[in-house]
Amino acid sequence: MKKNSSLRIPFHYIGKMLTAALLVFLQPVFTFAISHVVCPSCPLSSIKEAVETAEEGDTVIIEEGVYEEHGIAINKRLHLTGRGRAVVDGRDQGEILSVFASGSTVRGLTFRNVGVSYIEDPAAIRLVRCEGCLVADNTLEDTFFGIYLQQSEDCMVRNNRITGRAKEEASSGNAIHIWKGERIRVEGNYASGHRDGIYFEFVDDSEIRGNVSEGNLRYGLHFMFSNRDVYENNVFRDNGAGVAVMFSRQISMLRNTFEYNWGGASYGILLKEISDGEMAYNTFRENTKGIYAEGANRLHIHHNEFLRNGWALDVKGNCLDNRFEYNNFIANTFELTTNSKYNLNTYSNNYWSKYRGADLNRDGIGDVPYRPASLHALIIGKVPAASVLLHSFFMEALDYAERLLPSLIPEQLVDEKPLMKPVRNDTH
Amino acid sequence: MKKIISFVVGDIIRNRIVLAYTAVLLLFSLGLFSLEPHPEKALLSLMNIVLVFVPLASIVFSTIHYYNSAEFMELVLAQPVARSRVLLVEFAGIALALALAFLIGVGLPVLWYEASARGVLLVLGGVMATVVFVALAFLGAVSFRDKAQGIGAALILWFFFALVFDALLLLVLYNFSEYPLERAVLILTMLNPIDIARMMIITRMDTAALMGHSGAVFREFLAGGWGWIAAWMALLAWGGLPLAGAVRIFSRKDL
Repeated sequence: MKKNSSLRIPFHYIGKMLTAALLVFLQPVFTFAISHVVCPSCPLSSIKEAVETAEEGDTVIIEEGVYEEHGIAINKRLHLTGRGRAVVDGRDQGEILSVFASGSTVRGLTFRNVGVSYIEDPAAIRLVRCEGCLVADNTLEDTFFGIYLQQSEDCMVRNNRITGRAKEEASSGNAIHIWKGERIRVEGNYASGHRDGIYFEFVDDSEIRGNVSEGNLRYGLHFMFSNRDVYENNVFRDNGAGVAVMFSRQISMLRNTFEYNWGGASYGILLKEISDGEMAYNTFRENTKGIYAEGANRLHIHHNEFLRNGWALDVKGNCLDNRFEYNNFIANTFELTTNSKYNLNTYSNNYWSKYRGADLNRDGIGDVPYRPASLHALIIGKVPAASVLLHSFFMEALDYAERLLPSLIPEQLVDEKPLMKPVRNDTH
Repeated sequence: MKKIISFVVGDIIRNRIVLAYTAVLLLFSLGLFSLEPHPEKALLSLMNIVLVFVPLASIVFSTIHYYNSAEFMELVLAQPVARSRVLLVEFAGIALALALAFLIGVGLPVLWYEASARGVLLVLGGVMATVVFVALAFLGAVSFRDKAQGIGAALILWFFFALVFDALLLLVLYNFSEYPLERAVLILTMLNPIDIARMMIITRMDTAALMGHSGAVFREFLAGGWGWIAAWMALLAWGGLPLAGAVRIFSRKDL
């Protein structure tokens, strides 16, 4: 029986491989299809016209120039390719490109000026019910929503550069917005100046890799109701509220960097109602709060690096069965805070730079258990103005006494095996 | 006038305790910077030394020195010199010597290892703390004829500013936590020179933890503009007012 289960075939991978194989093998067939060249001085000077005249599987090559167009709809499989700096300027008239046909590609184009509409949510590129589409190497400037995927599967969004000048949360859109999808890959994109950098809602079995999302008004990554997804090697920097991962199961969060997310309600990552995930080899640097966890269950959080955060961890009382292991907590103002008198999570084998115990038997593990929860952090949680006493002699003395004889901080919140030296993470 | 200054400064610089104080500070700072792999953390630990140990050393040393040089002052006062001038010279001598000791003991290592804005701020804060506590020592010392009483007063003053004041502040914070306290707390911290110096340093150092609403108010107030000037004025007042008081008492006192 056991053997059987290990041989179980991962169907979605096969599906993905088949799609990829189809694209590769059928490519030569398509090259017999006609290429249509569009340029400002050509007989074909409008992309819309070219798209209308092209047949299924054709390629539309757009030469350098500025094309003032919007509302281009692709209803058959087409490959749009820009050459040089081919700019499609929507002149704030609305959505520029909508793709309704599976297997289409959009690459190498520059889109700008989509315009704002709260009813239509116009995007520079929208994929609707597409399968196996590719959006790559595009540059998007001042687009309301950048790349918008809805009800699409097996699509790839790669190496796009999406910048905006959003000023208010309510009047701005998301850079990469994916609503309902499966097996989507978002790789190597740059997103800034939007409401959310990358937005996932109802997106399963997908991957987010190697993206940089910075300077967005709300979240660098906004992630909801999405299961079995992986995000890896991304950088989320200086976003209004950091990153939020909510209402999701089995998410792997690996080797990401969360840094400089500053503000009263700003977190490196906000974990809310999320369970059975893994979080490893990430770096949290100088965030107001590194991880803020509320209703997070059964997460395995290990080998992460917490550097100079205000609060490294804020783990609320409704989190349970999470395991924090082999993490490095270095030079954080507060290492851990919680709002509960009880602890239902496990902390072990972490390195806490505030740990002062000795290691007499030299096994690398401190002889005295460590209590990372700080009384002062607890007091600030109740009376925010108490942050005025930060690092005061009195407060440090009180903190020290409380660690020796806990009465207000949760007594069971202990790392029984605090490490004497930081864990070496080879990924950095 | 010049002669008195040279007497006082020459006397203090040759003082073994000041030399030992310099050496201890140097040892602390070098030790912290070489043991601690992260300079920010070393700076933070150093801040606690600067804001606890330096005031204590300054206030106790100045008090003892004042009593020990009482006879010298009486001798000088037999000459046609104003009383206030004698006391000010004595103050300037001690403050200068201790500030110099601090600059060598802490200032040099900080500039060597972490010559950033916050490092400089820490050094400035330490110098101000030295001056303020020397002034407080003089106020205490001129008020009591008895040396033991004077040293007791000095210790109580230090204990109050280093520990008791913050405890009272926490008490106030807890009891009035329903109210928006940020402004009130800022005004209250101005009543403690150690707290002023601490807040000025940490608003530059621990920015990530001061990002909550309250923290934002403190930072906004202290990180620049009028609040910054107000904090410096308060710190200067903490040096100037006790000194003025001491001069006033000393001028009228029956020696």
